[in-house]
Amino acid sequence: MNAYDDLQSLAERMDALPIDIAPRKLSRRRFMQLTGVVGGGLMLGFTLKGREAQAASTFEPNAFIRIDADGILIHAKNPEVGQGVKTSLPMIVAEELDAAWDDVTVAQSPVDEEAFGFQMAGGSMSVPMNWDVLRQSGAAARAMLVGAAAAKLGVAASELSTRDSKVIHEASGRSLHYTELADAAAALPVPEVDSLRLKGTDEYRLLGRRITGVDNEALVRGEALFGIDQTLPGMKFATYSKCPAVGGNVVSANLDAVKALPGVVDAFAIDGNEAVGLLPGVAIVADSTWAAIRARRELKVEWDESNAASDSWSAVSAKAEELRSKPGATRPVDDGDADAALEVADKRLSAYYTYHFASHAQLEPQNCTAWSHDGIMELWAPTQLPGRGRQAVADLLSLEKAQVTVNQLRGGGGFGRRLHNDFMVEVAAIANRLDVPVKLQWTREDDMSHDTFRAGGFHQVDAGLDAEGRITAWRDRFITFSRDGQRPVSGGSLRPGVFPAGVLENCRYEQTALEWKTPCGPWRAPGSNVFGFVEQSFIHELAVAAGRDHLEVLLEMFGEPRWLAEGNPRALHTGRAAGVVKLAAEKAGWGREMPEGRALGLAFYFSHAGHIAEVADVSVDAGRKITVHRVTAAADVGPIINLSGAENQVQGSIVDGLSTMLGQSVTFEKGRVEQSNFDAYPMLRMANTPAIDVHFIESDYPPTGLGEPALPPLAPAVCNAIFTATGHRIRTMPIANEGYSIA
Amino acid sequence: MLSLKINGEERKVDDADPSTPLLWVLRDELGLVGAKFGCGIARCGACTVLLDGAPVRSCSVPVAAAAEGEVTTIEGLADESDELTPVQQAWVDLDVAQCGYCQAGQIMAATALLARDPDPDDAAIDQAMAGNLCRCGTYTRIREAVKVAAGRAWEARKASPARDGGDPA
Ligand code: FES
Ligand code: FES
Repeated sequence: MNAYDDLQSLAERMDALPIDIAPRKLSRRRFMQLTGVVGGGLMLGFTLKGREAQAASTFEPNAFIRIDADGILIHAKNPEVGQGVKTSLPMIVAEELDAAWDDVTVAQSPVDEEAFGFQMAGGSMSVPMNWDVLRQSGAAARAMLVGAAAAKLGVAASELSTRDSKVIHEASGRSLHYTELADAAAALPVPEVDSLRLKGTDEYRLLGRRITGVDNEALVRGEALFGIDQTLPGMKFATYSKCPAVGGNVVSANLDAVKALPGVVDAFAIDGNEAVGLLPGVAIVADSTWAAIRARRELKVEWDESNAASDSWSAVSAKAEELRSKPGATRPVDDGDADAALEVADKRLSAYYTYHFASHAQLEPQNCTAWSHDGIMELWAPTQLPGRGRQAVADLLSLEKAQVTVNQLRGGGGFGRRLHNDFMVEVAAIANRLDVPVKLQWTREDDMSHDTFRAGGFHQVDAGLDAEGRITAWRDRFITFSRDGQRPVSGGSLRPGVFPAGVLENCRYEQTALEWKTPCGPWRAPGSNVFGFVEQSFIHELAVAAGRDHLEVLLEMFGEPRWLAEGNPRALHTGRAAGVVKLAAEKAGWGREMPEGRALGLAFYFSHAGHIAEVADVSVDAGRKITVHRVTAAADVGPIINLSGAENQVQGSIVDGLSTMLGQSVTFEKGRVEQSNFDAYPMLRMANTPAIDVHFIESDYPPTGLGEPALPPLAPAVCNAIFTATGHRIRTMPIANEGYSIA
Repeated sequence: MLSLKINGEERKVDDADPSTPLLWVLRDELGLVGAKFGCGIARCGACTVLLDGAPVRSCSVPVAAAAEGEVTTIEGLADESDELTPVQQAWVDLDVAQCGYCQAGQIMAATALLARDPDPDDAAIDQAMAGNLCRCGTYTRIREAVKVAAGRAWEARKASPARDGGDPA
């Protein structure tokens, strides 16, 4: 298995996670040692026990909490790339600990999956995967502090309460701060999980409030936080040039000429290693980033492209056009008999939807720092998946995992790009040849040409309506890509339960994968970010064809409130779906009179266990210039951890969705990406950003993640509004390809 | 050897190449890593610093050109008492950042705007901030924070008009 397949497996397992991580009561043994939740080692061993040797005056009941005379420290275990988990995960601990947030110092935890469990920023999984363990960690520590206070005060634990980092004896008016109880608590045994009492949502003092990010003050002062900010004494700077068509090998390069350039320390070719995701290339090591970039302009490499990608967007588009009238190769979903139901339908609708590849374009170009010293390879990495990166580096250099240390740094945006650790193996390969630290810096051009792209795709959709205008048949012929001719690329996998499967009797998804060599990877709400566009636009087409109100059709599809997968609380719940659709419609004033050329568009999407509906208020002028005045979003993701962060994620997802649907596309010819920088890859600006209203239904289900699910409904909501305003149906993204722009 | 005036201090620069972008001199040589690298072609604003008070894209300003003026980076905003400026404080209070990578550039652009126009309307804010992309999409909060900062700066000036030498009106 190579690194791309590995990433794809991970993405598939994330899709499969709902059942595996469904909240449950942990047995005692499982509480003490929560191991291997998902097959294939997605979650490594984890222990809630404190370190073997605790310093006498330090209370470390588990990996997350450390209390001593100086204060309360909570470890943030997962990578922070803008999704807010460095703040929200510690808040969960602090809530059950009853620590005053102002007393808490948050530190990024070491990369150590034996101590902290699986460490990842991905799949909107940080909160759901850690919810139980973090609450239990806080509650266990709290119970021990209460026990310590009971002994000190000579009262029963049942007479004590906790608040604002203090154990309080109401009856006598005495209280002890946690910092005064650290030594005594450290001497107590960790309580059994069954003895812990977790708070009900009505008891929350911290969760649900607006809390500013823990790094914000350092951020606004411009302090070093990000991968790119890492410096070490004696550090050198490197660039790494790869074949513009992925997979091309270095035949020769003018290394001597490059080495003679000012500021250049060394230049050498590096062999590829597909198993760990290392592409062949040429490294230039210099005294400064600029010296390396400047020298690179003189670098001449002869590439052998016999095994390189020769992907062409125009070729695959033509191929898909040809295939869309034929049955697909596989049927990931086949409920009832869609073909037969289409035959007998009262009315039949047929449409062809397409979308381009897209780049992650996280604002911080990939970079990583590494230093080979004392028999170890130490890295400073802005990664979303540090454990995998560590393993890949160990494999590349034939080291034991213990000989690779990864320091987790903040990432300037992730969106899934940093799940693939190519930058880590590249810098490790470079640092392995040096005896000083080295920082590898990709340029934006490197980043855009060597992304793990969001795959483009093609959908031939057909559906039938009965005489009452109800949807009776649905068939989506999905044409996607595969690197190995078998397995679809990331974002090209259809989950078995994909909506509207589960609510329609006759529903079929067919799938055909075209050969494609350029790597694809998870891109914010993988699959969903494009399926939502197709499905929710087409449902609107059907509502229009039936002469019915879109809202009414959606609610009819949901039907009675129920889970679509019985016993799986991370499945779609039709009642929750109806709830958010109704709320968004109500808040946006659905059904109200709109001026000429202006309309509301509605869409719903379920992904990452989040139910989200959005209504876009859009006007369109004669020149296809659109203005998105307002987007009203309603989300049900269970209880909200950090209201400020949660709103920020929804707002950001909406801006991201709008930015991508408007004008972003990555095209390929001869295996080469045709865009290289932001001049050819336009991003939404402030002036074009709509007002965004966010409403949460704080249901009592376990909380689910919010980094992704608010993105998929945006594009169909906007396109549905454009249709209602103008009568023009958009069936491709980006919509700039149909002459649209934003005012 | 070039000499730069940065955040009120003289700093010597060894890099012999006068065409080196100011950004890399700040980051690699002077240890001022607040300004970020995003595109290198003046298209994203992550590298925004002030040159004689005006926002410039330091990835595209040769260090030799910067030597002719006074450079202010985000590290130079908070005053000696270490108190945040109204702009910085508004960014913290409104929890503007997601990944935060663009925010140093945003804060510098906002600082320059408010120095020139203490009470900007939406259109003025949109225009002044048009060169600063935020991939995470925090624009609504940025706009709000600029307004909050403008209000606070007004309050501060009212409280001590002598500080910047005049009546706030
Ligand atoms: S890095 Fe200078 S504008 Fe993008
Ligand atoms: S906060 Fe991430 S780019 Fe602006």
